[in-house]
Amino acid sequence: MYRIGIDVGGTNTDAIILDEFHQLVHSVKSPTSLDIKTGIEASLRKLLQESSIDKTQITHAMLGTTQCTNAIVERKKLATVGVIRLGYPATASVPPYTAWPDDMVEKLSGNYALVHGGYEYDGQVLSEVDEDEIRELLAAWRGTVESIAVIGVFSSIKNDQELSVRDLIHEVYGEEYPVSCSSLIGSVGLIERENATILNAALCKVIETTTQGFVNALEEEGITDAAVYLCQNDGTLMSIDYAKQFPILTIACGPTNSIRGASYLAKIKDTMVLDVGGTTSDIGVLQDGFPRESSVAVEVGDIRTNFRMPDIISVGLGGGSIVRVDESGKISVGPDSVGYRIGEEALVFGGSTLTTTDIAVRLGLADVGDKRLVSHIEEAFAKAVQAEISAIVEQAIDKMKTSSEDVQLVLVGGGSIIIPDSIRGVAGMMKVENGSVANAIGASIAQISGQYEQIYIYAREPREACLKDAEAKAVKQAKLAGADSDTIELVEVEETPLAYHPENATRLRVKVVGKMK
Amino acid sequence: MRYLDKASIEHIAIGAAFLGTGGGGDPYIGKLMAISAVEKNGPVKLYSVDEIGDEDFFIPAAMMGAPSVSSEKFPNGSEFVKVFQKLARYLGEDKIAGTYPMEAGGVNSMIPIVVAAQLGLPLIDCDGMGRAFPELQMVTFNLDGISATPMAITDEKGNIGIFETIDNKWTERLARAATVEMGASALVSLYPTTGAQMKRSGVHHVVTLSEQIGEIISSNHRDAKEKLQELLTLVSGYELFQGKIVDVIRETKGGFNLGKMNLEGIEAHKGGNMKVHFQNENLVAERDGQVVGMTPDLLCLVDYETLTPVTTESLKYGKRVRVIGLPAHEKWRTDKGIQTAGPRYFGYDYDYVPIEELVKKAVADHV
Repeated sequence: MYRIGIDVGGTNTDAIILDEFHQLVHSVKSPTSLDIKTGIEASLRKLLQESSIDKTQITHAMLGTTQCTNAIVERKKLATVGVIRLGYPATASVPPYTAWPDDMVEKLSGNYALVHGGYEYDGQVLSEVDEDEIRELLAAWRGTVESIAVIGVFSSIKNDQELSVRDLIHEVYGEEYPVSCSSLIGSVGLIERENATILNAALCKVIETTTQGFVNALEEEGITDAAVYLCQNDGTLMSIDYAKQFPILTIACGPTNSIRGASYLAKIKDTMVLDVGGTTSDIGVLQDGFPRESSVAVEVGDIRTNFRMPDIISVGLGGGSIVRVDESGKISVGPDSVGYRIGEEALVFGGSTLTTTDIAVRLGLADVGDKRLVSHIEEAFAKAVQAEISAIVEQAIDKMKTSSEDVQLVLVGGGSIIIPDSIRGVAGMMKVENGSVANAIGASIAQISGQYEQIYIYAREPREACLKDAEAKAVKQAKLAGADSDTIELVEVEETPLAYHPENATRLRVKVVGKMK
Repeated sequence: MRYLDKASIEHIAIGAAFLGTGGGGDPYIGKLMAISAVEKNGPVKLYSVDEIGDEDFFIPAAMMGAPSVSSEKFPNGSEFVKVFQKLARYLGEDKIAGTYPMEAGGVNSMIPIVVAAQLGLPLIDCDGMGRAFPELQMVTFNLDGISATPMAITDEKGNIGIFETIDNKWTERLARAATVEMGASALVSLYPTTGAQMKRSGVHHVVTLSEQIGEIISSNHRDAKEKLQELLTLVSGYELFQGKIVDVIRETKGGFNLGKMNLEGIEAHKGGNMKVHFQNENLVAERDGQVVGMTPDLLCLVDYETLTPVTTESLKYGKRVRVIGLPAHEKWRTDKGIQTAGPRYFGYDYDYVPIEELVKKAVADHV
């Protein structure tokens, strides 16, 4: 019994194998390819050859990928989207795509319609859906949009209108036509949920390429019996079919996987994690084995969403960061980096650019390349650079702290050799073995979650019954995503009473997590 | 007179949310409404009260209801003009010279900008609170005996109501009931006033002050400490506490969001604690068991790092905040003002003490 975890990053595609006792058997790295598929194939082939395990014993394969994030940030491989908002006459004061970057609206075609529909906060009908209105719209859009996003006012209270519109689209455009319903994607807050739904709809093509690339690569390498999953940004998994419906959930899964992988390797459930790459470092916080979620609205590619996202800060410091001294003698580190060219450009590899890695080798923190090539650097200077590196890390750690007490820090990532052994504000630092493939490990140990949110009126239905109802709906979501129902447990309850309503109306959000089947 | 551009609007929304002391709505949705209206209808003129005629007639516009509802079901956009014109016709006034905000707050600072853009009217640099308060009679015009009615109320569906009430507390009671039926979110137009009344009874320069506050908070070139110092100087405020929210207890009573939050001290206040009581807006702050700020003075929560205002709706466990206290407008510090919106009105059993004195006392006790 084996599990395979794969992480497709911007630079490298990492692959690892865990055995049935969750012990790391082997890990490899190879360059990410343009088509995704060949890179995964190359990594898989190397992994299987070098470890020589029995392929038929692989039961699970998990993929973590930044493909969707990159598609949004780089505005590439996106589908054209038609946006149907059910809410007229309400909400016309802020139409869809307000405050979006122009180039993004253009890429998505900018088609939208505000039509009759929507609910009140207590589930009463705001206005009825007009079928003819939707049919006319679909006739006008035929051939111009590749995907449709449906957003109903207060659909988190009742989503039958959204679902009936989805059925109508399928009837007119065919069963396979991609439709994203907002009630299945985001929580209360129309604009943020709408934005996330539009992005989800726009990702239908890139998720198809990525999942197919993964599935095909597995098949070509002879892995045919494994259950296949994709990673979400909250440290949990989803099935391929679920991922195809909700590609937006893969956004930011990279840092999440690295944090969880680090926790796994260090065997700590509450800690701060510093992931040092070639160009940047990410800092996140692990609480009870899961990344701390951001409490502010999250922007994805300059578009505001209300996604559950890990609370991460990135700084321009990595193993390839360039070290400079200005005329006044002031030392600066990064934020630019030699990146993937480190093997040619860093001094220790015979290049001519002074990088953070050269400083680490000079001070004996690392043993890569040829250390004689940096012996001419004065120790005092190297120490001054190290102090600058420490200052960058200290400042970032301080931002993530929730108290002034010193924290436990786990260090992972290929660039972690540049980090000094002691940092102000850090009580204990742990550099873990195999830390450079923490992402792929995080992918292979992810769990399955379900979340549900609704406004309940406690005066009409007892709170206990409401909690049970919400939990049951979250469990249903988790099962749909592939969780084993025996292991599902409640991990989060959030209640928000609504101001000005006399009957104790409360917004309730619950989250459950279970092991995968 | 000056024009408000997109950047001014963004700053006003943030600054007004700060002065909203936890209430007054989410500045994001407010900002989007105002910016779309300005993009469609052209920029809005801002007049200071010195520039308006005494005999001229002005009507404010505001949103009433649960902020979390308005973040999901926001207005159509045409209600503003409808409710405004309805009230004008009812009053028999054919010429409205301008509009202004009822209170500071993320949404309610923006609604009058939408109205001004749509009707081509100027916005007046004045409001009726200088902050946000939960009830309709808590307005400086009320303190000077100006009636809240005739008042018009409408929803996005097109229902319109007119109230004429025997006093301003009845306005609050009846309008509150109508708001709940309209889907917990309604648009209101009330306190019709003349230029002379605004000069005498309004809180002046509040739009400009909001903009200045917003500018400081949004500038990302300086660190939090520098920004904070500049902010405190501008508003004559005090940083009362640095803490992490460790508990939020809320109940919905009488159509309000009542509650308190407990903060655990961090950094400069490590080891200490603070309790903040609220009814939509923050009302009283106790540090280590001692009251350090109380209504009608302002108690504003801001994000520890960014100084972004934190609304009552978005209070969350674990959030790191700074609590800032500032003196209320002098009209609130009169007997009538304290009677209308002081601690006893909200059921706290102590007399109002201005924040400057509380801070002085706390320092003296500490020494």
